[in-house]
Amino acid sequence: MHKLTIPISEVAIRELRVGDPVALSGVMLTGRDAAHKWMVETFIDKIRAPQGDDQMVYDALRPLLRGGAIYHCGPVVAGLNTQQYRFVAAGPTTSTREEPYQAKVIRHFGLKAVIGKGGMGAKTLQACQQEQAVYLHAIGGAASLIARTVRRVVGVHKLEFGVPEALWVIEVEDFPAVVTMDAHGASLHAEVEARSRRTLESLLPV
Amino acid sequence: MGDLTEAFVELVRRAATDLPEDIEQALRDAREREAPGSAARGALDTILENVALARRDSTPICQDTGTPLFFVHHPEGWSTRRLREQIRAAIAEATARSYLRPNAVDPISGKNSGNNLGDEDFPTIHFEETDDPELTVDLMLKGGGCENVGAQYTLPNSALGASRDLEGVRRSVLDAVHKAQGKGCAPGILSVAVGGDRGSSYLRSKKELLRQMDQPSPDQRLAELEQRLTGEANQLGIGPMGFGGATTVLGVKLGSLHRLPASFFVTVSYMCWAHRRRRMVVRGDQVTYH
Repeated sequence: MHKLTIPISEVAIRELRVGDPVALSGVMLTGRDAAHKWMVETFIDKIRAPQGDDQMVYDALRPLLRGGAIYHCGPVVAGLNTQQYRFVAAGPTTSTREEPYQAKVIRHFGLKAVIGKGGMGAKTLQACQQEQAVYLHAIGGAASLIARTVRRVVGVHKLEFGVPEALWVIEVEDFPAVVTMDAHGASLHAEVEARSRRTLESLLPV
Repeated sequence: MGDLTEAFVELVRRAATDLPEDIEQALRDAREREAPGSAARGALDTILENVALARRDSTPICQDTGTPLFFVHHPEGWSTRRLREQIRAAIAEATARSYLRPNAVDPISGKNSGNNLGDEDFPTIHFEETDDPELTVDLMLKGGGCENVGAQYTLPNSALGASRDLEGVRRSVLDAVHKAQGKGCAPGILSVAVGGDRGSSYLRSKKELLRQMDQPSPDQRLAELEQRLTGEANQLGIGPMGFGGATTVLGVKLGSLHRLPASFFVTVSYMCWAHRRRRMVVRGDQVTYH
């Protein structure tokens, strides 16, 4: 078990290999579909001008994401009326939908870890290798268990995206995950896909 | 009929937080088949621990509490309009109590309604009148990750070498399992409808998910194919979460419905391991859950 603390050092990243279990601690950010589209369109590709509190949120996110982690997650949150937020259920969502954005986000913010489920594609894998970052696979559906590792909700941005899509700043302790894409170019997802394709071909001869 | 709103809230709570016994048993069996120390076994250990925690604390098993799909069988004379109102009130209340995540998003504006109530199809409620004296309500919560890896095939399909027969069905299903990899939260349950039109075929594939894990298709030909496909899907070695391993699916359900001469659909719905389904039966004043 590798213990990782955010911000994550490059030395720690280089030690990680596909298949390694990790326990992550520190302050991270949740961000999924709406968040990635917003970050890339507004601040990276700049095809949309910042509006409302966009610039303020961006300025707040930058130091958090440098050496940091983004978690593909749309949580169930209690305390919405009182703003005494508490994560009730917080498993990962499918990461592949962020494939068009993720490499740009890793490079722009200097991310060290992307957390989600289902793995990501070639562009993200390449960014992980070039920028020395990793993809961490959390256990899909293990939402009650993972929520217990969220010690504190530090704050929330863009709540107008809706509870699942908002950017939640959370402090976690021993958040459990498995390295499935490392900084050395290895992807467990690519390996399993290739192996299962060979079996499929043998099951379905033409 | 009395007001069943609170009974429906309890149905939602149980569905979201208490995994059915047959699914949990299938997960326990799957754990035994994975090598000690493997990532696959670790994933199933975490899953089983999470299932126990969710049940104990009445917290959602998965944060994606999905599309609520209600199948209501009611005796003659019940008001479906009032049942719909009560179900909708219960969904909003269950969301306020954090049993459900607010999940209803307007696709045009992008706005989340905040209480899980969308247009008339969110939540989805199917009504059917029966001869039975009791009201039976099945609720299934189907998450988006697994819904996204569902697929519909039109046969014949030359790329797959799939003709309009059970071998063509087999080829389509195995292709869908391979494409899904771990993204639907494997090990899942495949539920397949053969025939129908596009809409009825998807609906039927979901209804087949109401069957218990150990309940095969009453059609012997389909029951045999269910068994075969379970074995072959697991040979693919995709494993829990797509980490590689012995169990890629917990089971396969097949159903058929009449089709047009021109159409031959094979519709695959993928249900994640968190197959959340609960039944509520109302007899007179007595409400029971199964």
